[in-house]
Amino acid sequence: MDLPFLADTMGQLLAVTPVTLELWILCIAIGLVIALLVCWGRVSGVPVVSQLAAVYIFVFRGSPLLIQTFLLYYGVSQFAQVRASFAWPVLRDPFNSAVISLALCTGGYAAEIFRGGLLAVPGREIEAGRAIGMPPFTLFRRIIAPIALRQALPAYSTEIVLMMKATALASLVTVWEITGTAEKIISHTYRTFEVFLCAAAIYLVLNFVVIRAMRYLEYLISPHLRGRPEPDVAATVTGIAHPGADVPELPT
Amino acid sequence: MSVAGPALSLRDIRKSFAEMEVLKGISLDAFEGDVISILGASGSGKSTLLRCINMLEVPDSGTVTVAGETIRMKPRRGGGQEPADGRQVDRIRTELGMVFQSFNLWSHMTILQNVIEGPVHVLHRPRAECIAEAEALLEKVGIADKRNFYPAHLSGGQQQRAAIARALAMRPKVMLFDEPTSALDPELVGEVLRVLRALAEEGRTMLVVTHEMGFARHVSNRVIFVNQGVIDADGTPDEVFGEGGTERFRQFVSGLHV
Repeated sequence: MDLPFLADTMGQLLAVTPVTLELWILCIAIGLVIALLVCWGRVSGVPVVSQLAAVYIFVFRGSPLLIQTFLLYYGVSQFAQVRASFAWPVLRDPFNSAVISLALCTGGYAAEIFRGGLLAVPGREIEAGRAIGMPPFTLFRRIIAPIALRQALPAYSTEIVLMMKATALASLVTVWEITGTAEKIISHTYRTFEVFLCAAAIYLVLNFVVIRAMRYLEYLISPHLRGRPEPDVAATVTGIAHPGADVPELPT
Repeated sequence: MSVAGPALSLRDIRKSFAEMEVLKGISLDAFEGDVISILGASGSGKSTLLRCINMLEVPDSGTVTVAGETIRMKPRRGGGQEPADGRQVDRIRTELGMVFQSFNLWSHMTILQNVIEGPVHVLHRPRAECIAEAEALLEKVGIADKRNFYPAHLSGGQQQRAAIARALAMRPKVMLFDEPTSALDPELVGEVLRVLRALAEEGRTMLVVTHEMGFARHVSNRVIFVNQGVIDADGTPDEVFGEGGTERFRQFVSGLHV
């Protein structure tokens, strides 16, 4: 085993790991905003808005992310109007194109994940909120959204892990992140196996951290699914419903 | 607290689901301190009637008046009617404490959080005050030691008592109970009925849809028997259960024991 070569490769790949992380963080953040908007549109109950949202989700889930990325970076630039427009300074940059195409795609997936979370909110708990006079926004903020988030989080964790791996596609529009840099090293060392192994190891470590963090977040927000807490011995156990309380039995 | 006129007044409530007419014009007045048991076979429309009071079901026609304030309705496109002002409905709902058959506690909140949710986030009362009051209410229903438990950690009877405390925390003018013991194991029914009885003895205004004949007979001061969408019998327990009761009611009661 050629340890110096592996160490050198690892060093080069770790040096560009921040690029992968930046791609990931930006596409997750922008994708989250898109997802919330699309999901809101999808469940808005306004037919035109809902259908537009459904078309968005279909297009971005139904076509390959690689083609979406190519269309945005290579395809769009063939139109002179685009090259003349205000968007060109943003789109001409491969990093920006990659972030936008990744965000558009994850926005479609995550919108469906959040919609699934909303559908899983028990109608009974919503009804209990309405029955105490909660206005619609309070009902959403206090009851619907917290329950939907808990329902959606496991699937959303999977989605953001997938996006970490999807950042590798940015290498095909000339962004020098981990995968692109690995290919560059291979092109002048021809040592495909070792180099890609190093790259895979980095992705594994990154996703290990992400998965652990998400699992911890899930743990934090789901005490209601864990075991009983210790009984609160300080609380006095008296009252009309407790055995021994001074309330006559109901006649039968 | 004195209210001129009835605490709750329903006028000619009608409700259909698809072609099925469930409520065929029901009127009733509940006065302060009334404990009214609403009896009826399943499918008779008694739960629907209760849900029409706080607009969880919107009646096709008729009016609901709570403590002198009538819920304003407007015609709905395609027939029927709908509340004209959602904010008025929300406000009146705060005065109507509802307890559901299957408790409907918020699963992601502890028992204490369930009880203070309405006072803090709907009535906007000071949190510390709400917590003190909630703890007193939980003590009253006998589950003060469960305040930091989540609903999933409690038995059905305990959950229902928590749900009653949650409704009481809103300081409602009228309490609506929708078959509060029907989802419970038989041995847990008693603990919930004892709470209901204690509330009745406090002089609270209560409408209780129930199948518990003992409660209807001995705790409520008025019994209403709903049959096929209309009020078939209405009077004191002695009147309704006694010799003067209707033939249909006798059939209903005897059917329960067969």
